[in-house]
Amino acid sequence: MTLYDEQLTRSAGLGPQRSPVRAGSATYSVSSEEDLLTVRHAVRAATVEAGFGLVDQTRIVTAASELARNAYIHGGGGSLTIEQLRQPPQQGGRRGLRLTVRDEGPGIPDLESALTDGFTTGAGLGHGLGGAQRLMHEFSVHSTTGEGTTVVVTRWNGR
Amino acid sequence: MSTSETSVRDGLLEALREREQEIADRWVRLQLEQSTLDTDMNEHELREEADLLISALRTGLASDVPVERLVTSQHELRRTVIELSLRRARAGATPTATSLAVLSLKEVLLEAMQHTTRDTAELFSAAVLVNRLLDAAGALSFETYVEGREEIIQRQSRQLMELSTPVVRLWHHVLAVPLIGTLDTARTQVVMENLLQGIQDHEAKVAIIDITGVPAVDTAVAQHLMHTVNAVRLMGADCVISGIRPPIAQTIAQLGIDLSTILTRATLADALAAAVHLTDQPSVSGSYSPAGP
Repeated sequence: MTLYDEQLTRSAGLGPQRSPVRAGSATYSVSSEEDLLTVRHAVRAATVEAGFGLVDQTRIVTAASELARNAYIHGGGGSLTIEQLRQPPQQGGRRGLRLTVRDEGPGIPDLESALTDGFTTGAGLGHGLGGAQRLMHEFSVHSTTGEGTTVVVTRWNGR
Repeated sequence: MSTSETSVRDGLLEALREREQEIADRWVRLQLEQSTLDTDMNEHELREEADLLISALRTGLASDVPVERLVTSQHELRRTVIELSLRRARAGATPTATSLAVLSLKEVLLEAMQHTTRDTAELFSAAVLVNRLLDAAGALSFETYVEGREEIIQRQSRQLMELSTPVVRLWHHVLAVPLIGTLDTARTQVVMENLLQGIQDHEAKVAIIDITGVPAVDTAVAQHLMHTVNAVRLMGADCVISGIRPPIAQTIAQLGIDLSTILTRATLADALAAAVHLTDQPSVSGSYSPAGP
């Protein structure tokens, strides 16, 4: 089991950007099953750094996993950007994490259905996009048929 | 230029033929002197390698392939360089050490050429030729090394996949699979195969899948779990999923995944209790209710 953990850590380290996300942003490519693993590790590290609790960490990592998988399977590969956010003190000074998932795939023709639970064009369960929306505080999708999809989600620490 | 290249090439070939022993000895000594060689290869093995490479170089130079492309297109030479690099990769040498070792043959060849001619122009042409020839060999060696390592990594990850999904017998007719790490399609396949085989071998009635070590359950993981549960049920056994930690439970609920048709428990201990209870019932199949004890 220790071996397996080491393997996980090492394979995560093989990714393009290994250094922890610091105040700014980092972008990861999502074009293989291994990349999904790298992305999950990176997002997990970013949630820890932003000071999220265990439940929120799991929520954000799961949402990232759903969105990255969508970009990989339906969008034919794309990228995920992690941004550390901090509100101005007068607005509460909360920390947050924003994930931007982009792909240049076929796009989502019918957004309304795509956000409905149980709707799927592939072989999945059809809870990915709607689920990610529920797991995060802010959610926006921009999709142009034939040009690709961008999903931006944000979760604030201690709302 | 081409005539001088031909004559230099002939000169090198001649030197390789006449001074074969000397060149091989010198190369082995040079490699032993250079502390870059960090493997436990002994002098004898190095000597064997040197003999093979020199003989391959001779065959290559005797052909009419241009020197730049000799290493990549001449079959015997290419194979010899690849084998040398792979052997060193397996022995744990670094890629730098491996290519440096190949490149150090340059020095030896140029020394040998000095014995055949004193003419500076000719020696210069010889240096260019030897450089072209062995730079390609160094690059190929590096490339092979990386590919060799890649292969080792892939093999290990396949082995780890097998290792990390043991099926253990917990009780009479009760099996458990503790899952650690990520559950992707390939892994699910391995788990399913091992588990279904285990059910047949042990005549198991209940299979417990413990996901304590799975860091996050997203819809894809949930779907993989459901497939596995369906397959287990087709074999006439029941499936309990245990190790659902509070954060995972909240996330699954929020995602909207319906696991209510599957018997789930918080801990492996609870799951074992449920499994024992299930197997104690006179007729297990078709009579259990997901509500549990």
